Amino acid sequence: MVRLEKVDLHYRGAAVLKDVSFSVAPGSFQFLTGPSGAGKTSLLRLLSLSLRPSRGLLALFGRDVSRLGSEEIAVLRRRIGMVFQDFRLLDHLTTYENVALPLRVMGREEPSYRAVVIELLRWVGLGDRMHVLPPELSDGEKQRAAIARAIMVRPELLLADGPTRNVDPSLAQRMLRLFVELHRSGTAVIIATNDIALMDQYDARRLVLSEGQLYLDE
Amino acid sequence: MNARVTIDAQFQTEAAQLRPTAPIVPNGTAASRALMGVIAVMTFVAALAIGAVHLVQGAAAQWRTDVGREITLEVRPTDGRNIEADVAKAMQIAGQSRGVASAQVYGKDEMAKLISPWLGTGVDPSNLPLPRLIVVRLDGSEANLAALRTALAKDVPTASLDEGSHWSAELSTAADTVLMAGTALLVLVLLATILSVTVATRGAVAANRPVVELLHAVGARDQFVAGEFQRHFLTLGAHGGLIGGGAAALLFAAAGLAAALLSGPAGGVLAGSIILDSRGYAGIFGVALTVIAVTALASRLTVRHTLKSIH
Repeated sequence: MVRLEKVDLHYRGAAVLKDVSFSVAPGSFQFLTGPSGAGKTSLLRLLSLSLRPSRGLLALFGRDVSRLGSEEIAVLRRRIGMVFQDFRLLDHLTTYENVALPLRVMGREEPSYRAVVIELLRWVGLGDRMHVLPPELSDGEKQRAAIARAIMVRPELLLADGPTRNVDPSLAQRMLRLFVELHRSGTAVIIATNDIALMDQYDARRLVLSEGQLYLDE
Repeated sequence: MNARVTIDAQFQTEAAQLRPTAPIVPNGTAASRALMGVIAVMTFVAALAIGAVHLVQGAAAQWRTDVGREITLEVRPTDGRNIEADVAKAMQIAGQSRGVASAQVYGKDEMAKLISPWLGTGVDPSNLPLPRLIVVRLDGSEANLAALRTALAKDVPTASLDEGSHWSAELSTAADTVLMAGTALLVLVLLATILSVTVATRGAVAANRPVVELLHAVGARDQFVAGEFQRHFLTLGAHGGLIGGGAAALLFAAAGLAAALLSGPAGGVLAGSIILDSRGYAGIFGVALTVIAVTALASRLTVRHTLKSIH
């Protein structure tokens, strides 16, 4: 599903990732960890096709991304869900509209997805907050809305950047359960986190980044 | 069963409370309001310029028509000739000429008024060796001025014909100059509008870059992103263009009305010079449409450029 071979990433002249190689199997679950500034967010941006490798091979769903045009990239991105560290909710859209955004960009009409969005919002505990604009949401609620948006189209690969950073331990545990549930339904999950307590709660492969280099802790 | 009914009812309630889906590109931001203001002001200025050019054009055409519809016969006093008989003969010849509507000789009072700037009031012109003037009004059909000139030369050799061609040519030159200046001003205003709208649109697109990036991240195609932004800027352009064009049209309408109401007996002349006809209003509408089209085009090019820079 995901394959990196000897990938380097340079960003604004600095080497962010060096000689990174690993692969992710369909339906697998892994944590991506390492100290702040190690390159976790950059690696997730590579995997979400926001950045391109400076060197090496990045293949997603069997396609070499360096050979893809913008239209094909857009189609691949629909198979990936991304939970951003800073949520990236649009402040002028309600929780419902933010969560429904991936369906809207696919050209779906609102009545056709209304029921499924409301059901998902209830599932992540935001059933009573669907009419609210993001500035009125707590960080935990924003995080859940961002997760709901990422899983809206049932992605084959879910990338989550620090999803439990802004929430209390009990909510972090609840979110982890949500990711595990998604993993069990067949989605490959990569969670970038520094939260050792969270990682200890679920037995999964750990990808450890340090100074731009990746070490596998199987 | 009851639980299912309750859940369905709750869903219906929640679904009914959903607002109409908001546009993806936010309205009402500072950048959007600033762009709409720029478009409105530039449309207003451009519409004023085109309205003014149209008024000058109409006035120039009116001047030309007025000058061309009137000629003057001058009968000079000469020793050994009876000037009154010459004037009567010239009046008769003019009255019988083709295309002449009327001929009227300048009376004593009118002559006194004509010479008063130089000789003061109270001077009896009949004591002075002044030429007599006959104002000939043409009826608009094709007048045979050559035949009139020949007949006068034969029967009234002291008479000469002034067609006003000198004045007409000078007026035409003046009108053409004003028109050219107005048109140049209009072109400059339109260019300034295009530039300012382009710059403001770029600023607004740049301010929305996070929205573009998020749309890409959730799988939007470039065509979708460009379409959302174009719709947004077209709406802004339409609002700004209609506000600016509408304000200019209202200003012309109010000025015409005020001139007609306030300028007394001469009101007709003054009002006639600032009342815009339907072609003038069509010009203002055309300017507004041009500005809207420029905004749409500028946003399309800018969004495409931004999308290229993101890839």
